[in-house]
Amino acid sequence: MKKYFIFIIVSIILIIKPNYTFAIEPDVFIQSTVNRAADTLGGNYTKDERIEKLKDIARETVDIEGISLYSLGAYRKTISNEQLVRYKKVFKKYFLKSFSSRLAEYTNPEIDVYSKKKINKNYTIVSSKLVATETRPEVKIDWRVYTKNPDNLLIRDLIIEGLSLARTQKEEFTSIINSNDGNVEALIKNLTEFSKK
Amino acid sequence: MIKFLKLTIIILFLASNAIAGSDGELELSKKSKSVKDCFEPLNRATLSLNQGLDKAIIKPVAKSYRSLPPSIRKGTGNVLDNLSNLITIPNNVLQGDIKLAIINTGRLVINSTVGLLGIIDVADDLGFPKYEKEDYGQTLGKWGVGPGCYIVLPVLGPSTIRDTAGSFVNVFGGDPWYNASVNGNNEFLSENVFLASKVLSGVEFRANNIESFDNLEKNSMDFYASLKSLYLQDRELKIKNIKRGNIQIIYNDEGDWEEIDTK
Repeated sequence: MKKYFIFIIVSIILIIKPNYTFAIEPDVFIQSTVNRAADTLGGNYTKDERIEKLKDIARETVDIEGISLYSLGAYRKTISNEQLVRYKKVFKKYFLKSFSSRLAEYTNPEIDVYSKKKINKNYTIVSSKLVATETRPEVKIDWRVYTKNPDNLLIRDLIIEGLSLARTQKEEFTSIINSNDGNVEALIKNLTEFSKK
Repeated sequence: MIKFLKLTIIILFLASNAIAGSDGELELSKKSKSVKDCFEPLNRATLSLNQGLDKAIIKPVAKSYRSLPPSIRKGTGNVLDNLSNLITIPNNVLQGDIKLAIINTGRLVINSTVGLLGIIDVADDLGFPKYEKEDYGQTLGKWGVGPGCYIVLPVLGPSTIRDTAGSFVNVFGGDPWYNASVNGNNEFLSENVFLASKVLSGVEFRANNIESFDNLEKNSMDFYASLKSLYLQDRELKIKNIKRGNIQIIYNDEGDWEEIDTK
């Protein structure tokens, strides 16, 4: 009778809150993400399989759309809706290719997460270090985690030894657009060509 | 005395140029204000030249250097770091950080003696704070001198008018190592020894960053713009004396992210 009662209670809870999930802490989220990436990089996969797995990790854990808008910088205000749709589409391809290509170079990277700091309700910075090897020194990596939806944490920036990758990318994109008289089409063309390489 | 006068004139001249290059504004008092790229076509050409030199000479040398036993590389790095104290200490003083100047002087004395001319970083083992290099460009920045235009120097790479001015200070009396080697009149040191130490510093830096540069070059659509951004971010951190991994860094571009969030 007692078992039956517990079953009923649990069923009611599950019916009432079907979407209930346990919110994950940002540092646990980052450690689990880097562990997944490390397993992929150290696993017995072909290069193409490895790249596809890294792309899956990025799709699930990175706010690609947010980064695409940030990277536009001041041109976010002048881009047309039609251009924005095309830009976002090609940016996603570019980002996944660039992300997987950068990471695929590393074999068995060991990243230790050691602290986190909540800066406001939307962001927590998680600090980690890439452990030194014989050929390279230790590298500090901070992760800007977007925490607005605690059930769906997303990475928005990597700050490597104090240098923001998102900011670097924004300045690179701005330079390309500026070099072409402020024409966003030049950036879209460059992104398309890079993605096809 | 003449040397000191020359030094003062050069600092004032170059610093005023740096400010002029930034429309008379103190760039560093503003958040992430972009540095002007007054010589972009020339800079891009110089970067191409540097990339050619890197491919043909610097990178292969850096690779060979990296094949040396780790203990030799570590010892060489320690000696070069120890020598750089000679520039760091006066800059600590000029920036008003007397406590750090005393700590770094202690580090220099201990490592140069007990540490066998700096080969062993004894001070680190004794628990001295982590060593942070300082230079005259950083000091000018700390004093409120704007970066001026961005420039790419042949062989030496990215810089700004202010940072180049800072480098000139070294050869006009600001670097005791240069003074002792080039003007010291002693049998152990010479201009060649000084040049060798500078070349070795460059090779060591390149050897520590082979993968990072390869990765950046391969994954950049505009390598010039990426390199410029990284250099300027790095200088900004150094001038503001923000420790690597410090949380202040992320506040720089907060406005952009907020704008996206409210869309």
